[in-house]
Amino acid sequence: MTGQGTNWVDEALREHEEHAATEHPATEQPATAARRRGRPVTQAEREQQVLDRIEAARRRRPRIREERITMSHGAGGKASRTLIEAMFLDAFRNPLLAPLEDAAELRINGSRLALTTDSYVVSPLFFPGGDIGDLAVNGTVNDLAVSGATPLYLSAGFVLEEGFAVADLSRIVASMTAAAAVAGVQIVTGDTKVVERGKADGCYINTAGVGVIEHDLTLGVATAQPGDAVIVSGPVGDHGVTIMLARGELDIEADLSSDTAPLNGMIASLLAATSGVRAMRDATRGGVATILNEVATSAGVGVVVEEDQIPVRTVVRGAAELLGIDPMYVASEGRLVAIVDAAETGPALAALHAHPLGEQAAVIGHITGDQPGIVLLKTAFGGTRIVDLLVGDPLPRIC
Amino acid sequence: MRFVDEFRSADKAHALAARITELCEPGRQYKFMEVCGGHTHTIYKHGLEDYLPEAITLVHGPGCPVCVIPMGRVDDAIHLASQPDTIMTSFGDMMRVPGSQGSFFDAKASGTDIRMVYSPLDSLKIARQHPDKRVVFMAIGFETTTPSTAMTVLRAKAEGLANFSVFCNHVTIVPAIKAILDSPDLRLDGFIGPGHVSTVIGCRPYEFIAASYGKPVVVAGFEPLDILQSIYLLMLQISEGRSEVENQYTRVVPYDGNLAALTAINQVMELRPYFEWRGLGFITHSAMRMRSEFASFDAEVLFDVPGVRVADPKACQCGEVLKGVLKPWECKVFGTACTPETPIGTCMVSPEGACAAYYNYGRMNRHRVVEVELSQP
Amino acid sequence: MCLGIPGEVVGILPDQTDLARVDVSGVRRVINVGLLAEDPPVPGEWVLIHVGFALSKIDEAEAAAALEFLEGIGQAYADELAALAESRIE
Repeated sequence: MTGQGTNWVDEALREHEEHAATEHPATEQPATAARRRGRPVTQAEREQQVLDRIEAARRRRPRIREERITMSHGAGGKASRTLIEAMFLDAFRNPLLAPLEDAAELRINGSRLALTTDSYVVSPLFFPGGDIGDLAVNGTVNDLAVSGATPLYLSAGFVLEEGFAVADLSRIVASMTAAAAVAGVQIVTGDTKVVERGKADGCYINTAGVGVIEHDLTLGVATAQPGDAVIVSGPVGDHGVTIMLARGELDIEADLSSDTAPLNGMIASLLAATSGVRAMRDATRGGVATILNEVATSAGVGVVVEEDQIPVRTVVRGAAELLGIDPMYVASEGRLVAIVDAAETGPALAALHAHPLGEQAAVIGHITGDQPGIVLLKTAFGGTRIVDLLVGDPLPRIC
Repeated sequence: MRFVDEFRSADKAHALAARITELCEPGRQYKFMEVCGGHTHTIYKHGLEDYLPEAITLVHGPGCPVCVIPMGRVDDAIHLASQPDTIMTSFGDMMRVPGSQGSFFDAKASGTDIRMVYSPLDSLKIARQHPDKRVVFMAIGFETTTPSTAMTVLRAKAEGLANFSVFCNHVTIVPAIKAILDSPDLRLDGFIGPGHVSTVIGCRPYEFIAASYGKPVVVAGFEPLDILQSIYLLMLQISEGRSEVENQYTRVVPYDGNLAALTAINQVMELRPYFEWRGLGFITHSAMRMRSEFASFDAEVLFDVPGVRVADPKACQCGEVLKGVLKPWECKVFGTACTPETPIGTCMVSPEGACAAYYNYGRMNRHRVVEVELSQP
Repeated sequence: MCLGIPGEVVGILPDQTDLARVDVSGVRRVINVGLLAEDPPVPGEWVLIHVGFALSKIDEAEAAAALEFLEGIGQAYADELAALAESRIE
């Protein structure tokens, strides 16, 4: 919208009208028409028509309308998704990229491998519970682990700002060494660049990770089926809120630390305990809400969750209320969302509960065949509402 | 959370809903307007309409102070922010509001220094930290927020801060309500009164609604039980043939308001002769500006503000949504050309806007939802 | 933005009496209580917080009364439902 004046509005309208003409020449579904034969369209039916039109619009090929990148493009929500699909997927298009899971699954000479990459631009670099080094190792390990791979090797590329304290770099590297040891991975290659003072905010880290897939499950959010259970491994939102408070701009103090942790150990137990896991994701940028939407869209299913089943620490809830943000959208860095065959819920929960990182694992909802593409929340109050992707992120640069 | 969780308890909701339904006269439809954007947000966020009988419709009013800011004022603000050595501070809600050349967010991407703050006091901190820059605070909000801006200006004056000013867009709720009441488009049966505005102005300003227009008013809190109880009290008034101003939010709202807050506002600001509201046009005595004694803190005096009037895009029906004439989904561009990602108007972009609330929380077919719940394993 | 949150006052700043520290579910922030100068809050009292300012004290008696009303309505409803259920069994 930058610099375009309001011409984009007319353009957008024309586009939607053209689409509407080609997609719904008759506008009404046969069933609807039959039902209302002989009587005027009711309000509820008119509303449904509008909702159908909106769903059709949402399914259309995404287009980037901005002329410049904004912070929303990095938030993990709608704008990020549009950028990824319209810019990167469109250009690089190939079947390995298309699933857009946390890692790509490769077959090389008969072995199934997982490959992932991540960049870390968190600000501040050091925060209660960890630092950018911890995030870099754990985040990459987790992307591999949720894809069902055993994480093995990481790369670490550093972009350092001129003037950055060597002592700080030592701290970060020490964290990465410790984190890698806990996770059981090795950092086997890397790169270092330095940019002028004023760029890179001290330190940016880019990683790539490789793991091996040794089971024969097909994991992926597109495999979710009606009846499946939605499980979360513990309280959500600790990391995002910790970072927000650590920035110091809000003058808020709380006894809170990041939940950054490697999930590969817990996931290995989970996969050993049951073959009913359909998909796993780690709940980072965009939070649980974003993952649920990805499931709904990829698998063409509905997701129903219960607000009072979602574990959130009291302090996180308090901070979120104060800031006016919803914990469902807040990042964690050591939490898992798993879609599990309903019949296997028992063994899955037992495996998670047995692990220190999964003590508070809980079933938060289930998959339904109704209302495909939509995430419904049953509020603690007993009403229902939908949970959509946010456009941007109330908490920028948290990972 | 104390004073929050108790008022979100579901079991009491069923009882209230039953009482409300009992009070419905067969064959009669009831329309209540909630004026405050915070109420719209709560209603959708907690799925409150699930508890109401079909006979009751909630109409969303113009109580979202972000939503009523005309495009021209957004352009003016961006113009101010773009001046050399200037930092603009703003609440998060304003960041995506579209002006004619883009939003604050877009301007930020182009290099303009616009920073999000939680409190107007944070702007003072920034001003102290950057004595070489001019800090302009984008002041928006109804009377809930106006005292905070006033207190901030008083503090700036006490500290002798020379680089801080306010671009004042504070509006007042009563003229907006009166414009709704005088509008021929709408037949309302009562009002859910704004809870937090009332902590400042009290409940007396609404007495004319009950006395002259014969419509009951219940000043409501923001938790779902507060709103349900307020609807119950409205229905009770109607069934008993009363039209009064009642205070449901007694734990927070004093009937006479907050004198210190009103005094601070009066000290620093005065009513503008008129102000343009998106969708409602020009309304007299409906907005605040800085008094001349505080000219050194008034961005409209210190800077050259273009003051161009910009018409809303033809397709935008925010005005009708703000007046409660149209439901969000009845707007022709709702959800297609106008979405939270590509908002044409303010109602879709403000967290308290009716369109945003419906799109983000309510965009579902209620009958299908009931089927889904029944099919739960 | 228009959010008003209840918070408990846990301390007044010694050198600036119009500033108080409040606690919201374990999260603490300093806010300005200048608008309550006529009847300043003391630790243990609850206030309504909006954009860094306390707008009003929360009257615990009124809150209790509101809850009592809701309990009452809830109880009466529960009683009716029970009566209804009993009458069905016959």
